[in-house]
Amino acid sequence: MVRAGIIGLGKMGISHLAILNAHPGVKVVGACDTSTFVTGCMEKVSDLAFYSDYKKMLKECEPDCVMVVTPTSSHAKILEDCLEQGTHVFVEKPFCLSRTEGESLVALAEKKNVVNQVGYHNKFIGTFSKVKELLDKKALGDLYAIHGEAYGPVVLRAKGSTWRSQKNEGGGCLHDYTSHVVDLMNYYVGMPAKVGGTILKKVFSNDVEDAVYSSLFYKSGIAGQLSVNWSESSYRKMSTTITLQGTKGKIVADRQELRIFLNEKNAGLGLEAGWTIYNITELTPPVWFYLRGEEYSFQIDYFVNCVSGGKKPGINSFRSALDTDQVIDMLTQDAN
Amino acid sequence: MQTRMDRILFGDNQFFGINHASEEKARVQAMRFRDSKAIMKVLDDAYDLGIKTFMCTTHDVIEDICAFVRENPRRYEGFKFYPGMPYAHKYANAVTEDGILGALKRFTSGNVFGTVLKGGEALITQDVTKLMRLLVDAEMKMFQGLSTEVIFLQNVLVDLLLGLGMKKVFIEYAKYVKERYRAEPGFITMNMPRLLDVLEECGIENPIICSSINKSGFRMSGGIEAYEKALNDRRFRPIAMSVMASGAISPDDAIRYVCGFKKIESIVFGASSKSHIAQSKELIAKYSS
Repeated sequence: MVRAGIIGLGKMGISHLAILNAHPGVKVVGACDTSTFVTGCMEKVSDLAFYSDYKKMLKECEPDCVMVVTPTSSHAKILEDCLEQGTHVFVEKPFCLSRTEGESLVALAEKKNVVNQVGYHNKFIGTFSKVKELLDKKALGDLYAIHGEAYGPVVLRAKGSTWRSQKNEGGGCLHDYTSHVVDLMNYYVGMPAKVGGTILKKVFSNDVEDAVYSSLFYKSGIAGQLSVNWSESSYRKMSTTITLQGTKGKIVADRQELRIFLNEKNAGLGLEAGWTIYNITELTPPVWFYLRGEEYSFQIDYFVNCVSGGKKPGINSFRSALDTDQVIDMLTQDAN
Repeated sequence: MQTRMDRILFGDNQFFGINHASEEKARVQAMRFRDSKAIMKVLDDAYDLGIKTFMCTTHDVIEDICAFVRENPRRYEGFKFYPGMPYAHKYANAVTEDGILGALKRFTSGNVFGTVLKGGEALITQDVTKLMRLLVDAEMKMFQGLSTEVIFLQNVLVDLLLGLGMKKVFIEYAKYVKERYRAEPGFITMNMPRLLDVLEECGIENPIICSSINKSGFRMSGGIEAYEKALNDRRFRPIAMSVMASGAISPDDAIRYVCGFKKIESIVFGASSKSHIAQSKELIAKYSS
């Protein structure tokens, strides 16, 4: 039985806790949040042990692993304390706000030889993982273009009073929303060598950007485009799309469908020329517990299995998340 | 005495741009149902075909639908609402904007205060039962004067509580719905076998549970075998949703599979054209005899 703790009981924290607590191989030994309102309410209807001081929780509960689900600006300090204790860690994205902090945490995790994973859950969505499989098999031939997009109705008016509306807390469309897209693009085609023409656009927010537009230049010659907007009221929820163009065809993928167009039949992949559509329902195996999306369960299961099996994650390690943070820094610097 | 449910319940996903298998289809439908008149037209079609129970969320536009039905009692005689609460995106967006406390204040018209501190500052009550009742009342306001024989908790909330092990909330919810609204509690879930076990432990007998039940195992977490076993062996009142797995299974195959389980009392589906509604209704009648 893996003994797990969780730090942070906001929207994502509560959701992760529910999935973690429902995992057959996990015993939740402590849950922590600085809001005494949240812990006070939850204590009244739950048997779990609640804390408002994570250091106290780490000391008293000594969990094998911890999920850190706090605002981005607090990741580095909390992770450092967890790692010093030799705890396996899962942290929500994005990883860190500073490269120095990130490098130091990557080194510490390696030194302590613990599982380290970041919550870029898109890689656990059937359509997006199928894209990787098709690219690895060179289905599109030589790639020459990639376009990453995400739109959603997160900020629809000027008023905003949480950490997401403050730059120094890691708020803003770039850190909070665009990081998902950048991470996926890195997964498919590697990191860009440089970026250009970056616009960080304020739509309704005062302190942070609500939209990010940029061109990405890759050493391989691939041309990249990035368009992300979290002030999009025409969308009911976050909608991420990746388009890839290659000499043999094109892929367009979102969380519901993967559409692949091939110029010619590919017998090896069992695909005819023209369009083939994969639906998410055929690409998603059943999950033991579902809340908001199979990908949330899959990523926690992956983490728990790495912890209990003594393996390092092949995807979503601190190192790969640091690469994503680096691209975010490139975009910030280019815009300024 | 338990409420009898209609064999066919009409759902509302198609009105809100929700199609779990295709974002493109969802967008096309969202464009069509921009205003309540368009929605009412489809409900009229369903009503005229004998489908009179509308299983709906508490999205703002449903308020218009409620007003319309309330103002035309003769036209809509026997029309029933089965509300499902909360409309999660409303709350999720509010929490993102204003934090948890801000969101609670917004949706309960400020009735959430408990202790008043010496300086006059009021603390929001941590009495979860009281908060639950206030939120249920806020969600139910739009249905005043209308038939609401079964009141559902939406799957995001049910499955959250399920995972967190918060049985007390299920118990208090069931009690409140019966006492305050003279209605039966219903539970929508993506984890039916697990929920069934927990509701039994809560002493909620013969519960109404709405879950995805389809041939391909779509959104049937716990696995299709566990679902089939529960449908054959356990005591509860199942409603089947997502029977066509959002379009991945043909209507004929889908409905034949679901109707094969005698325990399933009702089937909820959404459609936006009279011919599709009629087609589904015919298939359900065909395989239900």
